[in-house]
Amino acid sequence: MRHIISLLMENEAGALSRVAGLFSARGYNIESLTVAPTEDASLSRMTIVTSGSDEIIEQIFKQLNKLVDVVTLADISEGNHIERELMMVKVSTPSDKERAELKRMTDIFRGRILDVTDETYIIELTGNGSKLDAFLGAIDAQLIIETVRSGATGVARGNRALRI
Amino acid sequence: MKLSGAEIVVQFLKDEGVEYVFGYPGGAVLHIYDALFNQDKVKHILVRHEQGATHAADGYARATGKPGVVLVTSGPGATNAVTGIATAYMDSIPMVIITGQVATQFIGSDAFQEVDAVGITRPCVKHNFLVKHAEDLGDTLRKAFHVATTGRPGPVVVDIPKDTTDPNIKIDYAYPGEIEMRSYQPVVKAHPGEISRAMELILSARRPMIYTGGGVVLSNADAELIEFTRKLGYPITQTLMGLGAYPASDKQHLGMLGMHGTYEANMAMHECDVLIAIGARFDDRVTGDVKQFCPDARIIHIDIDPSSISKNVRVDVPIVGDIKHVLTDMNKAIKASKKKPDAKLLDQWWQQIDAWRSKNCLRYDRNSALIKPQFVIEKLHEVTGGDAYVTSDVGQHQMFAAQFYPFDKPRRWINSGGLGTMGFGLPAALGVQLAYPDSQVACVTGEASIQMCMQELSTALQYMLPVKVVNLNNRYMGMVRQWQEFFYDSRYSHSYLDALPDFVKLAESYGHVGMRIEQPGDVEGALKEAFAMKDRLVFMDFITDQTENVYPMIAAGKGHHEMHLSPERELA
Ligand SMILES: Cc1cc2nc3c(=O)[nH]c(=O)nc-3n(C[C@H](O)[C@H](O)[C@H](O)COP(=O)(O)OP(=O)(O)OC[C@H]3O[C@@H](n4cnc5c(N)ncnc54)[C@H](O)[C@@H]3O)c2cc1C
Ligand SMILES: Cc1ncc(C[n+]2csc(CCOP(=O)(O)OP(=O)(O)O)c2C)c(N)n1
Ligand SMILES: [Mg+2]
Repeated sequence: MRHIISLLMENEAGALSRVAGLFSARGYNIESLTVAPTEDASLSRMTIVTSGSDEIIEQIFKQLNKLVDVVTLADISEGNHIERELMMVKVSTPSDKERAELKRMTDIFRGRILDVTDETYIIELTGNGSKLDAFLGAIDAQLIIETVRSGATGVARGNRALRI
Repeated sequence: MKLSGAEIVVQFLKDEGVEYVFGYPGGAVLHIYDALFNQDKVKHILVRHEQGATHAADGYARATGKPGVVLVTSGPGATNAVTGIATAYMDSIPMVIITGQVATQFIGSDAFQEVDAVGITRPCVKHNFLVKHAEDLGDTLRKAFHVATTGRPGPVVVDIPKDTTDPNIKIDYAYPGEIEMRSYQPVVKAHPGEISRAMELILSARRPMIYTGGGVVLSNADAELIEFTRKLGYPITQTLMGLGAYPASDKQHLGMLGMHGTYEANMAMHECDVLIAIGARFDDRVTGDVKQFCPDARIIHIDIDPSSISKNVRVDVPIVGDIKHVLTDMNKAIKASKKKPDAKLLDQWWQQIDAWRSKNCLRYDRNSALIKPQFVIEKLHEVTGGDAYVTSDVGQHQMFAAQFYPFDKPRRWINSGGLGTMGFGLPAALGVQLAYPDSQVACVTGEASIQMCMQELSTALQYMLPVKVVNLNNRYMGMVRQWQEFFYDSRYSHSYLDALPDFVKLAESYGHVGMRIEQPGDVEGALKEAFAMKDRLVFMDFITDQTENVYPMIAAGKGHHEMHLSPERELA
């Protein structure tokens, strides 16, 4: 099962390496990991997408909680939540035909074109991972020059919140 | 008070009440060494290798319950300390290790004697810190001691760059005292609901079994455990790390369990219907094949670290809390409860256990013309009145010590269980002897293990530490040889120790007393003579039977009921 774990940790040098090191040392899966400071500069918020049996997820949760720098954490995929990932795709646009088709697909997926040159577009898309995958599946793979994805972030719906 | 960073380190250690620092100097810590000079409140013990410093501090910590403190330089000083840090980590021993680091402006430049100590030690510490500003030294050191000694204890590394200890820059310092960390708040008291759920199960057990471990020792909960066990009248077994918390000579004690545990302890594990696990972590040396582990039992597990619970074996009633508190609450609950254990069922259970016990699984050949290692340990127990601190290295001798020296008090049995670090025994014994100068301290070792930290014999002379080394010399890496005999058709690949030193002369050249003992009849006399030399380190080289194996034994991956008792008395 896929899980999205959100955690708040002390914004200290090396904090990221403790989490990454834990996953590699214990052989846990890691699909993506994102981290950035929060409105409180002393805290970073990390989102980890992982998968495993219930037993393994339970251990991951406990082991993360045991890290001395981790202040609090939650498995946001346990309840209603919103998941978003940002993707930018650079595509080649050899002719008007491709331009039109890419513009059409971008509109359907509610993306935006951020940059236009004679030969390329940069398309921005947000959504959950499967929507981004679907977009990549829908456009001509030959046209893709590069893609960059932020990895998933997420937040629980309603009153549930990860804060201290 | 205005002090330099180096002075802050030393003043802090004084304020923290640190008696001993085990260390070895080098460039990155010279400012700190200068601050140590001209004061004698914090005593520095100069070892001969940084691994020795960590094991000595570890032995001190295990014997006293106080954190062990280590001071080493950057680069090779730090890397030499890693084995000892990992050893302490695996057994949850409180230690603070101060490593020097190159000056902050050189970090990351491959400077002379630079290693990323925080990175290298990260997987084998409870936590670690890099101090970037002298102003942070006091708080960071306080946090290090706080983290090391609370919750599930463990080693903490504080990496201190040389410029933060500059003697010419003075800053304000005051001892921080109690410290709060929002990200670190270990649980102490357990949930009352969990306790009453457990009590229900405990009091309705038909074939109960208590399985305890190092957590009882770490929690100083021996008195509470004794009360709990005696009140219930249930059988108890202890892991290698738990030995001594419950008196081994008591009749409710079934001995150690696990790979080299007793027949009665392992069989009772296999047959029990309620298992009460207290401060033990279901290690693979204990459980054997987890699929066959305690097949009929409902399991209660008390542990301060939630990640120990249901890690290897799923438990039915988890209790997160400090054992001392939990058992105190449980003892009250037993007193208050109207429900009592069913005396008749319990009696039947004990009859079954006594039948297993009557196999006398620790029997060995007492008429051998060669010295049996078990016999030496039995005599050691006799000669020391069962009251010695016994440290050990790793191998067969370690198992014989665990099996044949019944420990009746906690913190007397000091060995590396989790990492199994050869070289641990001698330096650990030095740490213990420093803590208890008037007590008998024995180091049970083998001719292979002792050579891994032999150099500390020199430290022992410098500080006049009269440890008694009991070398069970079988000319083999006995534990390795045993596995090769059983599982590799006796192909003794590189486990024979050729070219051994003359240990008697070696001990003498270090300024100690050496003895070689070759006849069973001389064992007791030698031990008596050695322990009578109260102010000398005596190295006793016992030439033992080379072919002796450790029994009982459960092969890795087998169940508790699949033990080997001895070559003559095969599978139970
Ligand atoms: C050659 C060799 C052979 C071995 N054979 C055996 C064998 O036959 N049998 C055996 O038992 N071991 C054996 N071992 C040792 C084994 O490897 C493990 O080290 C040992 O079994 C672990 O002991 P433990 O479960 O008591 O855990 P420990 O490592 O002592 O862990 C203590 C547990 O208590 C918890 N705890 C700590 N403080 C508290 C507190 N205040 N309150 C509550 N909980 C707390 C911790 O979180 C942890 O879960 C052998 C080792 C070697 C080297
Ligand atoms: C540092 C280290 N290296 C290797 C091992 C693997 N090992 C475990 S026991 C053992 C042999 C120990 O021999 P000795 O000290 O003579 O003890 P004996 O088993 O003969 O009593 C070895 C090599 C270990 N535990 N530690
Ligand atoms: Mg040997």
